[in-house]
Amino acid sequence: MATVFIPSLMQSLTGGQQTVEIEGATVRQIIENLEKAHPGMKERLVADNRVKPNISVAVDGEVTPMGMLEKVGESSEVHFLPAIGGGGPTG
Amino acid sequence: MTTTDYEPNIVLSTKEYDVIGTRPIRPDGADKVTGRALYGADFQSSGLLHGKTLRSPHPHARIRSIDTSKAKALPGVRGVVTGGDLPPSSGRDNILAGDKVLYVGHAVAAVAAVSPHIAEEAVNLIEVDYEVLPSVFTAPEAMKDDAPLLHDDLKTTSLGEPTDKSSNIADYNQYKLGDIDKGFADADVVVEGEYNSQTIHQGYVEPHPCTVLWNQDGRITVWVSTQGAFAIRNATAAALGVPVSQVRVVPMEIGGGFGGKTVVYMEPVAALLSRETGHPVKFVMTRKEVFEGTGPAPGSHIKVKLGATSSGKIVAAQAHLAFEAGAFPGSAVSIAAVTAFSAYSIPNILIDTYDVVVNKPKAAPYRAPCAPNAAFAVEQLVDELAGKLGTDLIDLRLTNAPTEGTHRAAGPVFGSIGCIEVLEAMKAHPHYKTQLSGENRGRGISIGFWPNFGGEASATISVRADGKVNLSVGSPDIGGSRASMSMQVAEELGIKAQDVIATVVDTDSIGYTETTDGSRTTYSTGIASLEAAKDAVGQMIERAAMIWEVDDDSVEFKGGVFRSKADSELKMGFKELAGKLEETGGRVLGSAALLNRSAGGAFCGNIADVEVDPETGKVTVLRFTVFQDAGKAIHPSYVEGQMQGGAAQGIGWALNEEYFYGDKGAMDNSSLLDYRMPTPLDLPLIETVILEVPNPGHPFGVRGVGEAPIVPPISAIANAIHDAIGVRMGNLPMNPGSVVKAKLANGKK
Repeated sequence: MATVFIPSLMQSLTGGQQTVEIEGATVRQIIENLEKAHPGMKERLVADNRVKPNISVAVDGEVTPMGMLEKVGESSEVHFLPAIGGGGPTG
Repeated sequence: MTTTDYEPNIVLSTKEYDVIGTRPIRPDGADKVTGRALYGADFQSSGLLHGKTLRSPHPHARIRSIDTSKAKALPGVRGVVTGGDLPPSSGRDNILAGDKVLYVGHAVAAVAAVSPHIAEEAVNLIEVDYEVLPSVFTAPEAMKDDAPLLHDDLKTTSLGEPTDKSSNIADYNQYKLGDIDKGFADADVVVEGEYNSQTIHQGYVEPHPCTVLWNQDGRITVWVSTQGAFAIRNATAAALGVPVSQVRVVPMEIGGGFGGKTVVYMEPVAALLSRETGHPVKFVMTRKEVFEGTGPAPGSHIKVKLGATSSGKIVAAQAHLAFEAGAFPGSAVSIAAVTAFSAYSIPNILIDTYDVVVNKPKAAPYRAPCAPNAAFAVEQLVDELAGKLGTDLIDLRLTNAPTEGTHRAAGPVFGSIGCIEVLEAMKAHPHYKTQLSGENRGRGISIGFWPNFGGEASATISVRADGKVNLSVGSPDIGGSRASMSMQVAEELGIKAQDVIATVVDTDSIGYTETTDGSRTTYSTGIASLEAAKDAVGQMIERAAMIWEVDDDSVEFKGGVFRSKADSELKMGFKELAGKLEETGGRVLGSAALLNRSAGGAFCGNIADVEVDPETGKVTVLRFTVFQDAGKAIHPSYVEGQMQGGAAQGIGWALNEEYFYGDKGAMDNSSLLDYRMPTPLDLPLIETVILEVPNPGHPFGVRGVGEAPIVPPISAIANAIHDAIGVRMGNLPMNPGSVVKAKLANGKK
């Protein structure tokens, strides 16, 4: 199972746990299974069937732009983090 | 790793190549030193009109009405636009104000005329009726419950529960690792401090220019100095409400950007005026407009607390990071969170971040955005810890240095990194070993981290009959990327760097390529260039096999030579085969479009010696050495230039630079005479030591090098000032008045 690091402000949904063990071969499956184990999580992470733009996903140390489609290994570490933002091209 | 005889610039290489690591003459040098390079302001066209912008004199006001009739009636004026002419989009109100102006310098209307002088005269004929509103200029003030609101509909976003309350706090987040209360309970020594920094500007020499033609066929062409042609294309299209395929952006040569030339300002306005007039419209900002109307780096208010055991292990770290986004959300405070404690392995961390809107220009990235502010706080406190523990400054940092596998609160687990290698090089360097003597002199050290970005990049390679190749990329060259990409391709093809002619092309001529920012280009577009070269080589292997009448699989390419694996007599150099392409099926074009994601973070360390004038408080930098892990320095001279440039900008930020605001919320020093950036006369020779801890995510081990070197200088200078006069500096800049004030506040004469 993958180890999923929960953002601090979402840890109320995991009973204060900073990490949880979740099954899933993709980020989409991880989020679906997170939702089953900790209801309310999907609504915070996903909008319009995509990871919300203010959230970044990192798998095994690398931030991925693939979002829900990113593959997850059996012993992967998955981080949901506030996206690095600021200074977009529209000013 | 060992240091050899002392030299001002050292490269500690772990692997040597034929081309990479050498120092060929820069490919763009002749054009630039002869003045023939074409920058945005050099653009000319028949029928060209000139644009000028009317800007707000108020930091916060409601626009009751705009009367453009007198401007339109002025002979020579061809067009006038206001905010209402732009369709709704997320960035519209910063391009031209909507119903409110939110900072002095906010664009309100624009004119196109047959000369710049007529355009300027016409702008002054536009009458705007303002209802002046209360304004707010700092994050702590703007966060108060009774602060004037910039946006009535702005609600705080966060990863937590949504809120319906309007606020100037555009975004709040929290990052947590371990148990912060337990961490401080386990600490034997606790230090804490509060730090403020002011708004500053990137200070690029070339003001923003652009020319736009909205042609009769509907195509929009933008000639502009930018770090990201595709980003400008996308943002211009979004602002105009047209598909991206309708817009072509031609990147001109760029006279500095440092993050500031990643944003659209005049491009959509020039497009509207071009559509209205049927002519190309050109804008070139004045320096005052650059300061007041473009995105500076945000001011910040930071509180940090650290706890360590008596053995020197840092066990708890807490930070409150509040950054001024300017008039619209987006200060990049999240990067301050990512970098703040990344030079340390700390088990218990809590970081709270606030992105706060204030009545200043909308912030834009500036070289390692927000990271130097955080380092200014954290690195001073680490020095305080070392003082209380009686530990060597570098030994304390080595004791707590992160390694591969270290977890962070605000970022994923570390891969291969070179923090320890940088610290060890600092400790071994003659600068650190040499005693500093003299009254009011002090030495400071600091270390900083920058994560580096990857992302999308494209490249094409065209093999010419003479054996040279044309490399086309979409990454504007702001720091030597044409050289670094040419050299990587030359290494791959076994030819000279000068035989690879790199060209930065427009958005219709290459695949999607992300902006030259985040220290990503030599890494990411470098990999794309290498893959394009490999694609070309693969096609040339087929040609060699055709000539030798053997299977493709039996031909290999190594060291610039195609060989038959079965027959050692069958071999051809790259140039020889290039000359046979026409007769074997035509010329070869290699291409690649990639998404790269293993950029590899970089660490940079500084040793700074300063002398403080005891009467005036003026700080003179006596000696400054920069240490940085480049992964692999493709062209060491460019890397040294980045290290020296980052240090110079950091020293300017530390000692002089700030937006000086008067009572009415206007910048009082909006010229380069009054906005005091360092000149060569203000700086010593900046010495460099390049470390090479290869990034496993790049074929040659490249890590980005552009941004890490601006992270540590401010705190290194602050620590040196403390070493010199025993005073901790909580506010930037540390100019003479600020130093004297801090001395007096500490009871020193």
